[in-house]
Amino acid sequence: MRTERSLVAVPEAGAGRPKLSARGVSKTFRNARGGTVSALGEVNLDIAEGEFVCLIGPSGCGKTTLLNLFAGLDRPDAGEILMSGAPVTQPGPDRTVLFQEPALFPWLSVQANVEFALKLIGVPSDERPDRAMHWLRRVHLGRFANAQPHELSGGMRSRAALARALACQPEVLLADEPFAALDAQTREILQAELQEVWLETRNTFVFVTHNVREAVFLADRVVLMSAPPGSFVAEHRISAPRPREYEDVLLTKVVVDIHEHLLKEVEKVVEREREMA
Amino acid sequence: MSNGNARWRSAAGQILPRVIAIGALLLAWWATTASGLFSESVLPSPGAVLQAFADSFVTPDPPRESILQAAQASLIRLVVGLSIGIVVGTIIGLAMATWVSVQRSVGSLMAGLQALPSISWLPLAIIWFGLSERAVLFVVIIAAIPAVAIASASSIRLVPPLLVRAGRTLGARRWVLQRHVVLPAAVPGYVAGLQSAWALAWRALMAGELISTGGKGLGHLLDANRQLFLVSRIFAVMLMIIIVGMGVEALFGIWDRRIRAKRGLLVAT
Repeated sequence: MRTERSLVAVPEAGAGRPKLSARGVSKTFRNARGGTVSALGEVNLDIAEGEFVCLIGPSGCGKTTLLNLFAGLDRPDAGEILMSGAPVTQPGPDRTVLFQEPALFPWLSVQANVEFALKLIGVPSDERPDRAMHWLRRVHLGRFANAQPHELSGGMRSRAALARALACQPEVLLADEPFAALDAQTREILQAELQEVWLETRNTFVFVTHNVREAVFLADRVVLMSAPPGSFVAEHRISAPRPREYEDVLLTKVVVDIHEHLLKEVEKVVEREREMA
Repeated sequence: MSNGNARWRSAAGQILPRVIAIGALLLAWWATTASGLFSESVLPSPGAVLQAFADSFVTPDPPRESILQAAQASLIRLVVGLSIGIVVGTIIGLAMATWVSVQRSVGSLMAGLQALPSISWLPLAIIWFGLSERAVLFVVIIAAIPAVAIASASSIRLVPPLLVRAGRTLGARRWVLQRHVVLPAAVPGYVAGLQSAWALAWRALMAGELISTGGKGLGHLLDANRQLFLVSRIFAVMLMIIIVGMGVEALFGIWDRRIRAKRGLLVAT
């Protein structure tokens, strides 16, 4: 039976101190006309150590805003972001981010990009080449270490960005739709590779996506956000064992459930936009 | 084989239009002089100019210097003036990019300075420094500074925010972030700015040498030949100015292309 508990126990939220948490966090942005747009209502979220959480919701629901707050790239208007109990005030390599675009430095070779990350966490220069190659091989880019980023395909660039992020050995990995720009096939391959790597590294992972299949395939927990201003409306625990298969029937059932829920939220957004128009 | 053929064809496609354009110009020029409409002493034929060009290498021109010596003197002045202009302009530009107050104050001064053709500084420069090397250098430097300052400030402002965010999330801060992320990201824009700065400096130098007597230089040689009414020699010096200018332009072009090719910013033509 596939319904038995997953091979590795999913950590329960609230068991011990959460790795990452948002406490009463809200965020408002100023628009061009001087008005204010509430991007994030008051949200509370606890993420346990080693947990893989996917944030999903209609566009404009504040998923990216919340991720930027976790990253320390932005500060909340109210409430606080805590990492291992300490307030997050600035970005750091303990919370590396995978952006929508790979964001590789175009003047550095693929290997030099990874070595730069190693340098920033204080790895001595004689150890950097080996460690960079280790991560590049891990994402099947060993042969392209000397290439410049623009010489790689989109999928390979995403892999390089993943290698650079993993090389920091972050406690928390934050991802903002990192595969959104890729074609469907490449995307599936990268999701499978990500699952494989993550099963070894087990970083705490917050993954923003608007793709329900991707979320269900990867996550221990899928958190559904509402139409803006964003807040949490539902939560699904995915306890299917890993490694998971894309065609898993049980996963597909969950996908349909979440999809229905998400559709309602998207409809709310569309209705509101029609009223405004 | 077919690859080599295609390469040859694309090279021919690049060179042929230039050859045709230059050929047409020479033909029109030659036809005008051959028609006898103008006297040889007012508009010499292409052949006479070529002869004068060759002569100006061998025999020193009536005024003291050969065309090579003049070109050398001008190039040295360009290198010295441009270098000082680049150093000062870059420092001002970095300050403009770093502090908003500097951007507002000095930045607007730089924009104003750029609106003033640098040769209009020469009368003042002659009063301050006399008819000397320094007066011409001053004009060259003042031509380069605002172009370099504005280009370096804007190249930093135009660094993609995503790269800065990526650097910050990897743990780069303050000086490390500036040194390893912001500055390298700004290099293509900066080099493009240097390209326009050198062209401005070169124009300023020629004008300065032409007006300010004394010393050697291509501009000075132009004026000396005018006084002696050696029209074919004037053409010869102009040809030399084009050659030197295109040479420097080519060097900057190679540098610029190399940087952009490495980053995949080169648009295939």
